[in-house]
Amino acid sequence: MLAKRIIPCLDVDAGRVVKGVKFVDIRDAGDPVEVARRYNEEGADEITFLDITASSDDRDTIVHVVEQVASEVFIPLTVGGGIRSADDIRRMLNAGADKVAINTAAVFNPEFVKQATERFGSQCIVVAIDAKQVSSEGESLKWEIFTHGGRKPTGLDAIEWAKRMSDYGAGEILLTSMDRDGTKIGFDNALTRAIVDAVPIPVIASGGVGNLQHLVDGVKQGGADAVLAASIFHFAEFTVGEAKRFMQDQDVEVRL
Amino acid sequence: MTQRITVIDYGMGNLRSVAKAVEHVAAEDDEVLVSDDPKLILDSDRVVFPGQGAARDCMAAISDHHLNRAILDAAQSKPFLGICMGQQVLLNFSEENNGTPLLGLFDGNVHRFPGGVAPDGEALKIPHMGWNQVHQGYEHPLWQGIEQDSRFYFVHSYYVDPVQQDLVAATTDYGVSFASAIATRNLFAVQFHPEKSADAGLQLLQNFVHWKV
Repeated sequence: MLAKRIIPCLDVDAGRVVKGVKFVDIRDAGDPVEVARRYNEEGADEITFLDITASSDDRDTIVHVVEQVASEVFIPLTVGGGIRSADDIRRMLNAGADKVAINTAAVFNPEFVKQATERFGSQCIVVAIDAKQVSSEGESLKWEIFTHGGRKPTGLDAIEWAKRMSDYGAGEILLTSMDRDGTKIGFDNALTRAIVDAVPIPVIASGGVGNLQHLVDGVKQGGADAVLAASIFHFAEFTVGEAKRFMQDQDVEVRL
Repeated sequence: MTQRITVIDYGMGNLRSVAKAVEHVAAEDDEVLVSDDPKLILDSDRVVFPGQGAARDCMAAISDHHLNRAILDAAQSKPFLGICMGQQVLLNFSEENNGTPLLGLFDGNVHRFPGGVAPDGEALKIPHMGWNQVHQGYEHPLWQGIEQDSRFYFVHSYYVDPVQQDLVAATTDYGVSFASAIATRNLFAVQFHPEKSADAGLQLLQNFVHWKV
């Protein structure tokens, strides 16, 4: 059967990995190629790069990062952050990315997702959804799409939005709980489950991982097809291999 | 001994990863080309035939590049590795796009996955995307150094169903058991992406680069 995927995520700013990556035996923890190579050696099933470059002058650097990584690391690569046009997508795919994640541009122009999937194929279009719980205690659960790092509400219901993106041909949903992001208290598994039950495409859970049990819960309680984490791998709290063995011990199918 | 390995480029999908992975495992003085020139393809020592996208678009692109003959000739005469759509289009006919005639080197059709739910309760989502096990049907030089039931990376919604069962070099389960690899004397064609399958994939590519037909 298909294995559940473990996806380390790297934030890249002007061509450098940020948010501190601690590996004892690599020369330059800021070098995306070295970090990607290490995750590959540990058994990562995919790698996601999130380009957080603010200055437009430095935007091209992510293209070079993808080119370099794709020449040496032979697992699927996803790039997100600043994907706004068909040109952006083509550049990333030509550089060696297998998928691009579209976030804000999808919210402002949903048709862009439709055009992108028709042109490049569903398999390479991931829609990234940043969702925040908006229901109060006692009410039935409800989540809304937010942009700008969770600061700007859009009025879009997360479940309806995920369905629409799936109907538009998205190949996968990268679902981040903005309530959990950075908290290390675990995924919002109710959110993941709600989206998984609503769409026929794979869902990657993201936001909140603080320990290995959280990864298992994301799969077992949330029903996620893949789990994405950043800090537990960056700070060498756990290796990807340890995560996979832990998950296998709890009867989650993984690639070892 | 230096050799020329050509990756057939007919505008379908990103060939960079395939070419890079082949370069990665080839000898330093091997020449790895990406080309749509039928003459170059037929002059090569080995041919890699990748492909992504819908069946009808792939067939149209092959025809636009005048590659039908060169692909069929290479597939019957020299070490030839088909990948993903490069496996599917070798059969007769695909269910995709309301029915698409293919190159017809092998009898058999290309079907869409049934989907539904697996016996363990897991939803069988389409496309079949991710790392699944490849069960080797018999010993073959291209399986050398690759453990039985190793996982490879797949992304596809359709699968090949060749009439001639002795073509099947490996099977994978996804609601149905399908031919994830087929082989002849000089041809090996896989549904998964060796160029994205980490060590197992690189091992297969390396085996191909050294395959003595």
